[in-house]
Amino acid sequence: MARKNVGLTGDYAVAEAMRQIDPDVVAVYPITPQTLIVEKFGEFVADGIVHTEFVPVESEHSALSACCGSVAAGARTMTCTSSQGLALMHEILYIAAGNRHPIVMIDVNRALSAPINIHGDHSDTMGSRDAGWIHLYCFNGQEAYDSTIIATRIAENSKVYLPVIVGLDAFNISHNTERIELLDDNEVKDFVGEFNPPYSLLDLKYPVSVGAYCLPDYYIEARKNLQETIQNAKKVIVEIHEEYNKKFGRNIPAIMETYKMEDAEYAILAMSSITGVAMLAADELRSKGIKVGVIRLRLFRPFPAEELYGAISNLKGLAVVERADAYGGASAPIFSELSGACANKKKMPLMANYIIGLGGRDVKIKDMTNIFENLMVNVDKGEIKDLRQYIGVKG
Amino acid sequence: MAFKLTELPKKDLPITSGHRVCAGCPEPMIIKQAILASKDPVVVGEATGCFEVSSCLFPYTSWNVNWYHNAFENAAAITSGMEAAYKALSKRGKVTEPINFIAFAGDGGTYDIGFQALSGAMERGHRMLYICMDNQAYMNTGIQRSGATPLGAWTTTCHVGKVQPGNVRASLRKDIVSIMAAHDIAYAAQASLSHWNDFMRKVEKALTYDGPSFITVLAPCPRGWRFPASETVSIAKLAVETGFWPLYEVDNGQWNVTFKPRELKPLEDFLKTQGRYAHLFKSEEGMQVIEHIKELLKYKLNYINHMADATKGCEMNIFGRCALPDID
Repeated sequence: MARKNVGLTGDYAVAEAMRQIDPDVVAVYPITPQTLIVEKFGEFVADGIVHTEFVPVESEHSALSACCGSVAAGARTMTCTSSQGLALMHEILYIAAGNRHPIVMIDVNRALSAPINIHGDHSDTMGSRDAGWIHLYCFNGQEAYDSTIIATRIAENSKVYLPVIVGLDAFNISHNTERIELLDDNEVKDFVGEFNPPYSLLDLKYPVSVGAYCLPDYYIEARKNLQETIQNAKKVIVEIHEEYNKKFGRNIPAIMETYKMEDAEYAILAMSSITGVAMLAADELRSKGIKVGVIRLRLFRPFPAEELYGAISNLKGLAVVERADAYGGASAPIFSELSGACANKKKMPLMANYIIGLGGRDVKIKDMTNIFENLMVNVDKGEIKDLRQYIGVKG
Repeated sequence: MAFKLTELPKKDLPITSGHRVCAGCPEPMIIKQAILASKDPVVVGEATGCFEVSSCLFPYTSWNVNWYHNAFENAAAITSGMEAAYKALSKRGKVTEPINFIAFAGDGGTYDIGFQALSGAMERGHRMLYICMDNQAYMNTGIQRSGATPLGAWTTTCHVGKVQPGNVRASLRKDIVSIMAAHDIAYAAQASLSHWNDFMRKVEKALTYDGPSFITVLAPCPRGWRFPASETVSIAKLAVETGFWPLYEVDNGQWNVTFKPRELKPLEDFLKTQGRYAHLFKSEEGMQVIEHIKELLKYKLNYINHMADATKGCEMNIFGRCALPDID
């Protein structure tokens, strides 16, 4: 077998990556728009193409619970979900990270109810951002495919040993067909290697108790340990991306992608598929001689504070464009994170927060040029009057 | 097969002393009886609850066998995941020894918050035994009412007051064994730690099936039921002898009464031992509740006997007995 180029939706590309990884256990519950992954992978199971034990559970809560049991028993374990499904898993997300279970979860980023909506935004994973999972966000179907493979290595790395969420945008990525280059099956097999857990519930020679009760005399140490582990994971995340890129001729940024940022005075910071629209808007403004650029954040957890500061410190103005909001909060999640990360920095651009594309509202180039223009006008005045603005809202 | 009381102490115990359950707690007894009944090594998945918080306080553990705790409502789901891992790793030759998977949970984690996860795990066909340690209320959180709390009993969320006579509910209690049997699993049973041989035999039988099984065990709680810590086993025994807690099984479709008292003792003999029922004896309304409980118990006993007759000779031929057709 060799590498091949095929037309696949983002969901099918993820399913192909899962086929090549051939995890021991996949426990899932269907939810639109993740269903294509489950269905496609189910076909591989039915035809015996994978060795996976497929556990079609009765809820997402049980999906992640079964994954926890499975990985604690020493099995390479994956799941996928979206939106309400991730919200239903919320309780177990914290346990999976606290118990240090290296589960890989693909989340097709979809809006949260109410009102109910099946389309794309980032409110689901942003609602679970502090659970202790590593978060990687994908630009397109190709990156969703590659990230599924990369995430397996990151999660299982002995210095990390944490669960990873790979986020891909609902419909824009999950259901759009793109040209995807699939690696050779053996290349993926070699890259992910064998799962070698440090303990297993099935190891009868060395019995373990996992999931202990911690009183005030140990709880805070366990949580600090989690914080240090996930912060230190950044180095490993970068190394594994470098290894993957080098081996397979890819160019996937571990932390962020910068577009026309070298001499930029103004920039948009965003995540996932909408950054492509921002790049087109930047091209348009650049053709008029306006120095704008785009930063695509890929690694949200651990939050790359230093790297982001390095990218924005020379700007006059920064627009943080988000497909999620924090209701009642001072600003949306990425803006708040970045503000916190740069709290004691002296040299900072003026920053404004723009909320866009909630519930799958189409994000147009015009929206992005409007954001750039609004930002530039405000910076010229030397003041950001509306810290948070909703873009493309009717009425 | 009967278990010999003289032989059991010679086996390796699955839990050590030093755990922190209350005096008179039945749960260590239930866990020891259950795991000692297994011929093969046992791996345990446990729900949040009394024994979970008492048996594994970091950095200590009482467990000599592999033990996993995750959350309150997902003992069935985590154990199903462990069993799936076992199957997957067996296929790849990474595990070779036989292992029995047992999930332990309280009645809150079984009848109520864990009900959905339990139902899912049972219908999917995992090779696992789920044991409910049924103390008929949320004891770990402080004796609150659960779906297993029987009619008329006092708890801290169904108080005895001027206008409320303890627990008011639609039935005597939720019939969890029938619900589990209705999943058409190979084995479902009701047991009591007082009749340890009956319970251990049930565990042994459940583990012979290549599929899911369920046992609920009465777990009299001195704190929650309000009785002296020395009385746990005798109260469990009275529950059986008065017909409050009939011992029966649904074995591969066949309902069997596994212990039939020659003559039922008066229900009052059981109720009087516990403070949770004390108020019923103090008023005319309370005495009426007792009569109502008797009627409901009679109905349930008739139901079990009727099912035993109706299913005589039945064999569902499910797990371990019928092979999949060859689809090639």
